Amino acid sequence: MKKTKIQKIVWFLFSLAVFVTACSKRDSKTVLEGDAASQAYVAPGEYDEFYAFLSGGFSGQVTAYGLPSGRLLKEIPVLSKYPENGYGYSEETKAMFNTSFGEVPWDDTHHIELSQTNGEFDGRWLFVNGNNTPRIARVDLTTFETVEILEIPDVAGLHCAPFVTENSEYLVSGTRFSVPIPQRDVPIATYKENFEGLINYVGINQETGEMSLDFQIRMPGFNYDLARNGKGKSHGWSFLTTYNSEQAYTLLEVNASQKDKDLLAIVNWKKAEEYVKQGKGKERQTSYYHNLVNERTSIAESKEITTTTILDPADCPDMVYFIPVPKSPHGCDVNPSGDYIVGNGKLSADMSIYSFDKLMAAIEGKDFAGEINGIPVINYESGLHGILKKPGLGPLHTEFDGKGNAYTTFFISSEVVKWDVEKLEILDKQSTFYSPGHLVIPGGETRKPFGKYLVAMNKITKDRYLPTGPELAHSAQLFDISGDKMKLILDFPTKGEPHYAQAIPASKIQPNSKKFYKIEENGHPYAAKGEGQAKVVREGNEVHVYMTAIRSHLAPDNIEGIKMGDEVYFHLTNLEQDWDVPHGFAVQGANNAELLVMPGQTRTLKWEPFKPGVFAFYCTDFCSALHQEMSGYVRVSPKGSDVKLMWGLNNENKDEETLREMLKEQERSQ
Amino acid sequence: MKKIILLILGSLSLNLISCGDGGKSRIDKIKSETIKTPEANPKGIGEVKNVTLTDPLEENMIKSGKAIYEMKCSACHKLTDQRVVGPGWAGVTNKRRPEWIMNMITNVDVMLDQDPEAQKLLEECLTRMPNQGVAIGDARDLLEFMRQNDLDKTQQKDQALTKN
Repeated sequence: MKKTKIQKIVWFLFSLAVFVTACSKRDSKTVLEGDAASQAYVAPGEYDEFYAFLSGGFSGQVTAYGLPSGRLLKEIPVLSKYPENGYGYSEETKAMFNTSFGEVPWDDTHHIELSQTNGEFDGRWLFVNGNNTPRIARVDLTTFETVEILEIPDVAGLHCAPFVTENSEYLVSGTRFSVPIPQRDVPIATYKENFEGLINYVGINQETGEMSLDFQIRMPGFNYDLARNGKGKSHGWSFLTTYNSEQAYTLLEVNASQKDKDLLAIVNWKKAEEYVKQGKGKERQTSYYHNLVNERTSIAESKEITTTTILDPADCPDMVYFIPVPKSPHGCDVNPSGDYIVGNGKLSADMSIYSFDKLMAAIEGKDFAGEINGIPVINYESGLHGILKKPGLGPLHTEFDGKGNAYTTFFISSEVVKWDVEKLEILDKQSTFYSPGHLVIPGGETRKPFGKYLVAMNKITKDRYLPTGPELAHSAQLFDISGDKMKLILDFPTKGEPHYAQAIPASKIQPNSKKFYKIEENGHPYAAKGEGQAKVVREGNEVHVYMTAIRSHLAPDNIEGIKMGDEVYFHLTNLEQDWDVPHGFAVQGANNAELLVMPGQTRTLKWEPFKPGVFAFYCTDFCSALHQEMSGYVRVSPKGSDVKLMWGLNNENKDEETLREMLKEQERSQ
Repeated sequence: MKKIILLILGSLSLNLISCGDGGKSRIDKIKSETIKTPEANPKGIGEVKNVTLTDPLEENMIKSGKAIYEMKCSACHKLTDQRVVGPGWAGVTNKRRPEWIMNMITNVDVMLDQDPEAQKLLEECLTRMPNQGVAIGDARDLLEFMRQNDLDKTQQKDQALTKN
């Protein structure tokens, strides 16, 4: 009796093991065709065809990869401080992290949007959202540096952001978490009375790229998830998915999944613009920060803004509509012609595809099923182009190849499905490893996709790479989509958690990439534009070191007369005028970070001496054969000591008195 | 035994080299096209073929040349004959033709790779002179400033012209 029980257990375990092994084999290994490697191979010295910009999720940054090689080209620091180059620590970049909550040094980057002209990527700017403390950042694609961060007031979890219109008129965004507006101390259970949502329109200056919050639309307290703007015929409209139309505030997993359908918000932003012009917006007191790098000085400047313009759909007819969309949608994506809007219901077995023409006809004919807070709800069937039946489980995000096909990720069934948008037919399915969130096709959300490659960004990695302890890099898989069937050709690890990415032909960025900053144009107030301007100036207990760097010395490299209690500012100007010659600066005991200074640039590190003594500083970026020699000493004396402030290079030390004489001399000679 | 191993290694490396030719990268191709046996040209290598020198010296050019020197050159070149990182400038127009000087400033990477005189200097100084992004017009102003500096420091200038 006992034996048989044990036998049974053993047999059960054995069959389970067989099952599991078979399962994982089926899942993790895909037959690669012989030439797959050569398709992703970019020979040494050759360039990739596309740049792909991946958001970093919890890393707060953005990474640039080459496609098809999967080479990591750069990690761009955006919404998290970055001691590697001093971003957020240097005096020039500190202000980038100012918010109405004070300095917030980290954020969660989700969705990359590249600027567009006529519905195509133009390669000027990259925008990305900060999810946690709502912000939108702009990266200049000539330098790959973050140049602006705009906070969005009165929203929470700015997930639904920053989606660009086809001529970069606006970035549309929506609140993920509805909250009391203005913020106030109320019981959470009063959600339905007190919590509101907002849809935000950030305008973009076409010359400078500068962002401004132009208006916000008051919305019911739902969760706004993702959005896209119309293009071509649907230009002028935005489409935003919502979930939690149940307005649950606890155990959302269950309570926000009750209804069979949630809602897609449809906004006529051209109409909204008119209402703003007519003065229908209401000014509301608030607080948010706008941080912008001054191009002349390269110093970030911060300002607080205290009012915002609110449009209420109840006072502004024909501006906002809803249409039902199956259960807890995630992506909502517009095809290249602007005719169709794909609604992906995460918890639905089917996908709803809306027709822009039908939506317009329904609005025209007032084909409404009711209204919510003065917002008409269009009849579901009236706006529908059709339903894609049972393509997979958990559809998340769709992009297009420009040949009439759509590609959708399925999180639960771990696959990418290719389907015909017009005919609503499934054409191909390929597994991904494992559980993809977003996918990206170069130009895949624009009017002109480059339907050659597709990258699926997976949330779960498990057995794809050599293990690295409990935490694994997220995996991405590259597919060749030029043929009828998708072909897996490369698998590569990514940084942080890429949510969305956008990819653009290299030819739109490469020719404009800046090689160095012209020293003549350096307008930094503490720049030493030439070694003759290197000096040390005391202003009370502040000591400013105007230092220069060129292969292979720092000037001055001997500094004496610093006292305990001083705040020392090292302003390092890189005098080089050549590509790829940054210099670094590190000083012992610095409580912040180091500096990496690009050619022609000035960057400042604040240093507060910790104890008397002589401390070394050095260049951290291997710059030449004599890089190890690129160093110096700073002497710190006790408070109140009579050591004279002196500095110099190669025993040509100067002190304040000598300097004053030199300046007089210069004045006389001029 | 050792010999055999060496032989194998030798033929293997030959094989590798010949293999490499087939799949030359773009950079290698450019390099092989541009690196030719150097032939000393007193004018150096670059866009500057002929410079017309004028007397007396142009005050405006000297002033502009001095400003560029202070911003982009003074970190490594002194106005005396003392070498710091690079050679001191005193007497430079007596040693080098104006075209060589301007090519060295504006085309420094090619000069360091191909010009025998520039290569000699690299061996002495051991630091590659950086490309400081100086336009040809600005290099001409620097030259004028060097001529003035030579007059101040050595009482003569442009002597290189009479040597060649």
